[in-house]
Amino acid sequence: MADPMRIRAQAAGDKATVRVLMAHEMESGQRKDAAGKIIPAWHIQEVTATHNGKPVLSAEWGPAVSKNPFLQFVVKGAKAGDKIGVTWKDNKGETRSDEATVS
Amino acid sequence: MRMTKALALMALATLAGTPAWAQKSAAVQSIEEYRAMLQDGNPSELFEAKGEALWKQKRGPKNASLEQCDLGKGPGVFKGVFVELPRYFADTGRVQDMESRLLTCMETLQGFKAAEIAATPFGKGEQNNVTALATWLAAESRDMKLKLPQSHPQEKVFYEVGKRLFFQRGGPHDFSCASCHGQDNTRIRLQDLPNLTKNSGDGVGFAAWPAYRVSNGQMWGMQQRLNDCYRQQRFPYPGFGSDATIALATYLGVNSQGSASVAPAIKR
Repeated sequence: MADPMRIRAQAAGDKATVRVLMAHEMESGQRKDAAGKIIPAWHIQEVTATHNGKPVLSAEWGPAVSKNPFLQFVVKGAKAGDKIGVTWKDNKGETRSDEATVS
Repeated sequence: MRMTKALALMALATLAGTPAWAQKSAAVQSIEEYRAMLQDGNPSELFEAKGEALWKQKRGPKNASLEQCDLGKGPGVFKGVFVELPRYFADTGRVQDMESRLLTCMETLQGFKAAEIAATPFGKGEQNNVTALATWLAAESRDMKLKLPQSHPQEKVFYEVGKRLFFQRGGPHDFSCASCHGQDNTRIRLQDLPNLTKNSGDGVGFAAWPAYRVSNGQMWGMQQRLNDCYRQQRFPYPGFGSDATIALATYLGVNSQGSASVAPAIKR
């Protein structure tokens, strides 16, 4: 199973800043190994975020995103105690969901 | 005669007019901005989380956790141990750094073969776990001041041996560690080179490792950092956890005594 994400969500005023670190290889599919063979693409394709279960963000990612990617976004109307959920799905169909509480 | 004097004065004036070393160039400033941006969201946090889980997880032939590992402050103490390593351990009879000590614990508590792990290349198999554990343990001592013990005779010997290794020149480039890290205000391309022969300050040099390398997406411990220094000098690789690497680490650590450790840090 994929390694967990690190999610931090901090409220300030009427919005919360969410910072997410995902553990993923993000192999672009353009690199070659020592034997000269192409390393197959393996990267996150879909990222979604929810605020108390309600979708607030959805993104389509490609091979240009870095290894162990960092994502930051702002959720309007989120306050301390609210739940922020983040899910990613990669091109191999593997998926990982984690949740954090806004502080 | 007067002419030469005037010329000399002009030359001096020109020298004074050029940006001094102390002044930071625009390039260095933008590199620092880039580093500050990376600081928020340092992927080493992912390795910290992994290391913490590994510490508690029952693993290995003996199906045991590392929670009884003695890192210098008694079995199971993990807060503040990182800033007091390398140190002398009576049970093994040698000076050990964080990574070699973890190998000892993995062998005695969990039943892994330390020699086998030491022979594994960096970034493969159990080596990844050793790095993750060292990353988490470094984070448990974040912002604490380096306080390496120097009371045992062996610890003093390691400092002296480390100093000699630091200045030892050799290899096809006739290089020593001191060739790059022996004076102030030098750099390779855009990388500032800390002067490691003296206290280089909070979070610089020894006080910044383990660190996450953005350019290759790898987490590096001090062992790999030193190994790579030897690679750059075109020396043969030192053994993982060898006395030579621990002596060098002792020398660097004692030189930075009193500076705060910011590890796990983030690097270009």
